[in-house]
Amino acid sequence: MDKWKDNKAWFLVLPVFIIVAFSAVIPLMTVVNYSIQDIFGPGQRVFVGTEWFKEVLSDGRLHEALWRQLIFSGLVLLIEIPLGVFIALLMPKKGWGASISLVVIALPLLIPWNVIGTIWIIFTRPDIGLFGAAINGMGIVFDHTASSLDAWITLILMEVWHWTPLVALLAYAGLRAIPEAYFQAAKIDGASTWATFWYIQLPKMRGVLTIALLLRFMDSFLIYAEPFVLTGGGPGNSTTFLSIYLVKVAVGQFDLGPAAAFSLIYFLIILLFSWLFYQVLQNVGKGETS
Amino acid sequence: MNLEWMAWTIPTATFFITIAIILIGMTVWEVISPTIERKGFLPLSTTRGDRLFIGLLGSAYIHLAWVGLSTLTIWFGFAIALVWMVVVMRWG
Repeated sequence: MDKWKDNKAWFLVLPVFIIVAFSAVIPLMTVVNYSIQDIFGPGQRVFVGTEWFKEVLSDGRLHEALWRQLIFSGLVLLIEIPLGVFIALLMPKKGWGASISLVVIALPLLIPWNVIGTIWIIFTRPDIGLFGAAINGMGIVFDHTASSLDAWITLILMEVWHWTPLVALLAYAGLRAIPEAYFQAAKIDGASTWATFWYIQLPKMRGVLTIALLLRFMDSFLIYAEPFVLTGGGPGNSTTFLSIYLVKVAVGQFDLGPAAAFSLIYFLIILLFSWLFYQVLQNVGKGETS
Repeated sequence: MNLEWMAWTIPTATFFITIAIILIGMTVWEVISPTIERKGFLPLSTTRGDRLFIGLLGSAYIHLAWVGLSTLTIWFGFAIALVWMVVVMRWG
């Protein structure tokens, strides 16, 4: 019973528990309720069982949107995580240079998401945008409103520009937390820069990189505002990601039942991938370092 | 308190009450006999809570697969999920 006496601090978690209950659990319960009914309006609903799940699971446009989303998140992670670590390694360790680089790196994170889309619309315009005009000036036709490939390139560039700073800041924090003694020991052993990175810095960054990977996966998988503003899901449907398609179903067509079923499947996909990433990162190389 | 906006149904209420009972039960079980991390047929060491999470997540996907691929009643999917849950909790 002594264990319980020492566990009173758990009550301090109660406010968070209540907030999460109202902000996440109750809405999630409502979504589950909606997913098995046809909702016509307040008080007007019909039980339909697994009908909406069947409809959503056999929706070809949803399958396409899911593949686009997976490719997008995969590309974004493949670029942002190594680039963020690379930038963190290059950043000054102390002094005024460190402060300035931290502020400059963090700037894209301070801009509202829909403004990011607007900035990149202007930036990539072939007539007045610096990027668009420069590329077209070199004789390469670049127009994200007409070409699917150009739309994808613009979106990936925008996402990398927007969110690599988060990875860099997390990696930088991880690097700064490594005690100097490790580097002195590596120096005495005559370890190369690569060996120092591979055997000391990278393993010591595992915690922050797990957070970075999870945050970036979830955010990129849920991305909505930026592509909505930049491409509106086009040209055609080439950049219609899951969230854009979901909003089309829920708000555009006001099909709350299918949208709820869609949301739950979306949630389960994110849950599965996040769990897998977490397990892989927690267990990779466990035998060699601790 | 008017909960009409949440559009409750008997099946969903049963589902959430069951989940709540499982969570409370697991907490009580943990207090009475704390879990020991162990390795079963799953490719990672798991605690009782981990196995519950894996079991529930797997069950959700089993149901989805059943709804998506089969025209038979969902109860068969539910039975498979139940077997999966027991197997993971006992040998996972």
